[in-house]
Amino acid sequence: MHMADALLSPAVGGTMWAATAVAVAHCSRRLRIEADDRRVPLMGVLGAFLFTAQMINFSIPGTGSSGHLGGGLLLAILLGPHAAFLVVASVLIVQALFFADGGLLALGCNIFNLGFLPAFLGYPLYRRLAGREPGTARATTAAITAAVVSLQLGAVAVVLQTVASGISALPLGTFALFMLPVHLAIGIVEGLVTAAVVVFVRATRPDILPAATPSNRSVTGVAVSFAAVALALGGIGAWFASANPDGLEWSIARITGADDLDSPPTTLHARSAELQRRVAVLPDYGFRRDEGRDASPEGAPAASNLHRPGDRLGTSLAGVLGGAGALFLALLVGFVLRRKAQPT
Amino acid sequence: MTRVAGLLDFRRLDLLATGDSSLHRLDPRAKVIVTLVFIICAMSFDRYAVAPLIPFFVFPIAVIATARLPIAFLSRKVALVLPVALLIALPNPWFDREVLLQLAGLEFSGGWISLLSIMLRSLLAAAAAIALVAVTGFPAICAALGRMGMPRPLAVQLLFLYRYMTVLGEEAVRMTVAREQRGGGPLSIRLYGALVGRLLLRTWDRAERIYLAMCARGFTGDFGSGQPSRLGRPDIAYVAGWCGLFLLLRTQDVTQWLGAAVLGALR
Repeated sequence: MHMADALLSPAVGGTMWAATAVAVAHCSRRLRIEADDRRVPLMGVLGAFLFTAQMINFSIPGTGSSGHLGGGLLLAILLGPHAAFLVVASVLIVQALFFADGGLLALGCNIFNLGFLPAFLGYPLYRRLAGREPGTARATTAAITAAVVSLQLGAVAVVLQTVASGISALPLGTFALFMLPVHLAIGIVEGLVTAAVVVFVRATRPDILPAATPSNRSVTGVAVSFAAVALALGGIGAWFASANPDGLEWSIARITGADDLDSPPTTLHARSAELQRRVAVLPDYGFRRDEGRDASPEGAPAASNLHRPGDRLGTSLAGVLGGAGALFLALLVGFVLRRKAQPT
Repeated sequence: MTRVAGLLDFRRLDLLATGDSSLHRLDPRAKVIVTLVFIICAMSFDRYAVAPLIPFFVFPIAVIATARLPIAFLSRKVALVLPVALLIALPNPWFDREVLLQLAGLEFSGGWISLLSIMLRSLLAAAAAIALVAVTGFPAICAALGRMGMPRPLAVQLLFLYRYMTVLGEEAVRMTVAREQRGGGPLSIRLYGALVGRLLLRTWDRAERIYLAMCARGFTGDFGSGQPSRLGRPDIAYVAGWCGLFLLLRTQDVTQWLGAAVLGALR
């Protein structure tokens, strides 16, 4: 359920980065105020623990397949939501950098989906359902409910982020119909596993489980306000994503003050356009864009051109040749740099 | 146990950052900024972009070449994203069947083109992230992010996680191997709870020992960040050069120029 860079537009990715940055700042401030030095190494080592626990696979009953722990809810139960959120964020950052799981642009989405939702929506639910000293059955029910809710919300978030980005062609309904049942199953298993670990720890070392967070209510309040902020930001992001399919061009237009990138008055652009016209033996290359979503200025002529069948082969041939040439040049640059970098 | 292989890869990737090259010596902030701009530029094309993405490969290739990084190892690391990318891109040909491209008598639907685009995007994003780690190193990236505004608690958390990941990873490998040698078999959830719970308790005790050891060495809740480096002229040139190129590649259709020039030369 890691969101991938390849499916994400910068508008959506940037929005989720902003939402996540707010949450990170808040949690960090909160931990600083509490100023519990003992917790610093504990959080760090528990992050490593989460990483490690994900290496151990368990068999999922009745299916023959195996799964691994997500861990957001478990950490929130052990550490409280603020610390758990930072721990999950750190694990996701390491995964994005070292294992290319997800990716850097998608980091905001992933931290929100896998860290924020379990810690600030799933965990308060667990607390409420489990009460102070839950028995095995009650802890298991509470953990399953909380995990299912977190993972369903996470799946909805993935679907919304993907559809708002517009890279995948999956329709909203189909994608949701696929993701929600799959994550219902994953959520149940995650809840069972979380409960199994919590029950074991309670039986062997009850002292390390926090009895109950004293500021139960404030956690819920924070969660609700964050969710509201994120939804608002997400709404704005989605609106930009649909009105300006090309977030970067939009922001460039904002920065340069030119609202029409097609014919900017600057001489550099004019000259390069002129150059383009002159060298373009087969002009107007371009895959057709869908008109409704993507009415960018240069998209229009390309689209209209496609109706002339003679041009089609020519433009795509130029595209393929250009792509191959670019790849060749890139490799050549690498080869030359390598030769230069060789110690003599 | 693919994750065990992952642990070994992690170590090897980590060690690459100890190399010495003109790129290794740059300020980490410069490298982080260039990587982020690269990803934003490359990921902001529309879903049918294929050819315009290709010139972007020059960045990871140039970094790997200049820093004398092992090509085969990094290619393998990057290629690991392809199965996942294929999985997430595969619905596209199904839902998007309109023919957008005819080439040599073959017809390609929009779905296949966007599938290719997603594969290229995945490769670019993974290559950029892995190249960044390989020439910068994780602690330096954390320091750079810290100086760019990341809150200290998260920076400290990242450094701790990084230091203890392999330690605990090895512990988990030992536990799994021990279990397998005593019979193994599929791990039920109840057993898993006991196994992972045990690991958790050991981890907890370890954290306690680490804390006491750190207190004995004068820990005050924060790591020292070392001497702050300043952005020098090479750093600024690095950022300006690459970002300029990325913006050029993003706003101008460079492959089209190239293809047209090649065609023109052929005539």
